[in-house]
Amino acid sequence: MAKKDAPPRWDRKMQQRLARGEAAALGEFYDRFASLVHGLAHRVLGDERAADGITRDVFAHVWEHPETYDPQQGPLRSWVAGLTHRLAVQRLRATETAALTQGGEGAVADTEELERKVHRASVAARADYIVQAMPTPLRAALELAYFQRRDYRQAAADLSITEDEARRRLRLGLQLLSTAHDTGAPGAPPGYGGAA
Amino acid sequence: MSDRFEAYDEHDEDPDKGTGDDIEERSTPVGSSGHGSEGGSGDGTDDGDNPSGRPDQPPRIPLPRASVEDTGRPLPELDELPPPAPLVLEHQVLKSLLGAWALAACSAEETAAVEDHLGDCGSCAEEALRLRGAVGLLQRPESLDLDPGLRTRVLDSCLERRPPRIPIPKWALPYDAETARLDALLQDFGDAEWHAPVRLRWFDADEATSRRTTVAGVMAHLLSVDGLVAVALGLDDPMGETPADAPTPAGRTEAYWRASHFPPTRSVRTPWREQSHDLVRTVSFTGGTTGKLAVPYGDFSLPLHDAMLDRAFECWVHAEDIADAVDYPYEPPSPRHLNRMIDLAARMLPAVLADRRQKGLAAPAHGRHLVPAGMPGRTLRLEIEGHGGGEWLIPLDSPAALGSAEHEVAHVALDGVEFCQLAAGHVPPAEAAAGQVGDREAIRDVLYAAASMSRM
Repeated sequence: MAKKDAPPRWDRKMQQRLARGEAAALGEFYDRFASLVHGLAHRVLGDERAADGITRDVFAHVWEHPETYDPQQGPLRSWVAGLTHRLAVQRLRATETAALTQGGEGAVADTEELERKVHRASVAARADYIVQAMPTPLRAALELAYFQRRDYRQAAADLSITEDEARRRLRLGLQLLSTAHDTGAPGAPPGYGGAA
Repeated sequence: MSDRFEAYDEHDEDPDKGTGDDIEERSTPVGSSGHGSEGGSGDGTDDGDNPSGRPDQPPRIPLPRASVEDTGRPLPELDELPPPAPLVLEHQVLKSLLGAWALAACSAEETAAVEDHLGDCGSCAEEALRLRGAVGLLQRPESLDLDPGLRTRVLDSCLERRPPRIPIPKWALPYDAETARLDALLQDFGDAEWHAPVRLRWFDADEATSRRTTVAGVMAHLLSVDGLVAVALGLDDPMGETPADAPTPAGRTEAYWRASHFPPTRSVRTPWREQSHDLVRTVSFTGGTTGKLAVPYGDFSLPLHDAMLDRAFECWVHAEDIADAVDYPYEPPSPRHLNRMIDLAARMLPAVLADRRQKGLAAPAHGRHLVPAGMPGRTLRLEIEGHGGGEWLIPLDSPAALGSAEHEVAHVALDGVEFCQLAAGHVPPAEAAAGQVGDREAIRDVLYAAASMSRM
């Protein structure tokens, strides 16, 4: 799944190489983050072509303005996720607003419903990111319990851990995941710093 | 990994320890029976959030059945009729169960005990609400297979907006794209995939040859042969201290395989990928001056720009071997890159023909056609159909002769991917589905020469 153990050194070097205008660095950057970017954009927008468009915009932004990333503020991965989130939610709001004005088929009924839809998409995307970024032991426990319907005792046996530990991982994993609901200041999407 | 995990744990548990009332509650045994069975409705925190129903349990002393119905009060849920054996658990244990409870991953008795407790304990009820909400956010991951064409489109669009100061040389682009594609294929492989058997196939002395290995073994092969280019560029040799049997692709691969105490594992992916990144990066910095640098392959050598194309071709061919082994679909390279790979093979053919002729494997040059260097000679027209195709004029009598449409003696037409399969040794020359017109001997020589370029 996600490569999340890239040391900050990698982040800083990557930023320098992008700033220097190294096309090879852009390729490496894409290979590391494209599935994250595309996946988040798709979760927000629910559309393949739209997600492709956001992917293009995110990488273009990074390539044109690598200096806007500040390594002091956290890992490159969280920053890329936050950027993707912002652009995708902007796009969703724009297309939904346009549909609302034109009153087309499948458009939301009013601005209140629009905001609810944007909020739901936003939370869902953050939740995806949190699951990807959480420590593997937590994710593994959640996957067993949720997708494979194992109870915590079976999960403990599957993972060769104590039952106490299995309960602890399930609870901790859900606690992390529940932060997807926390919204902070607009423009600085939360949820991409803490869990990364 | 476990370090990170522990660090998390501490961080997360802190606020919990801070709540002083825990201590008090911990000492209070909280049972599922007796007290508080009606309590939940009071504080409102669990309203509508307790899907298995508030414990609206009948009083402990059963009322006569008839009178319950007569009162018009709701009948108790069927599954609550035999009340679960009361389980007496401490607050701390109940709290630890909240995650499992929210995921419906504990026993019926524990579930009942937790739900009973939620009526009494505000902090647990609040957390239970929050965790239940989080369960709804668990979603199957979106498909991770990205369209490989998207990479080219995204990167091209970036480079258009801001031209790179250090571009990747054109001749290294196929290698960059093919290694990225293969790396994406490997992304989600588990142990079963890494150890899936693969049979490498090629032509040796005009005979189909093969060698058994695994997916990880194929990656070790790519790592050790790409190393030929790395060494030529002055980078580290992935072989380390291991002496190659011969300075050839097969010689290096066999030595690499033998040198590891265990069969290759997924751990080969990282050094392979790092080396491929280093190669692209290095030729980007030195591209203008090193394109002609000779990369020795043992019994022949290629200029760097052709060696990078050759490695791109091998990367694709082996990615297909791997994809076949694990039953994944895998597409041919983009037409632009496929065209460059075909061009490389077409350019190598005259020298290969001459070499085979010397060894008596191809028909001798016809004396009357001996042509001086740079002059047109007998020519075979190779027509490649499909995306990435084109036409190539192959001089037959000497690598130094010019291909010439006026001296065309034969015409072969085949599909681009089919031609690459032939050059990879995956299709026997006698069975290559080619349209053929003209000198049959010349056609045979060229098809066999194409297959003979294949190697492990």
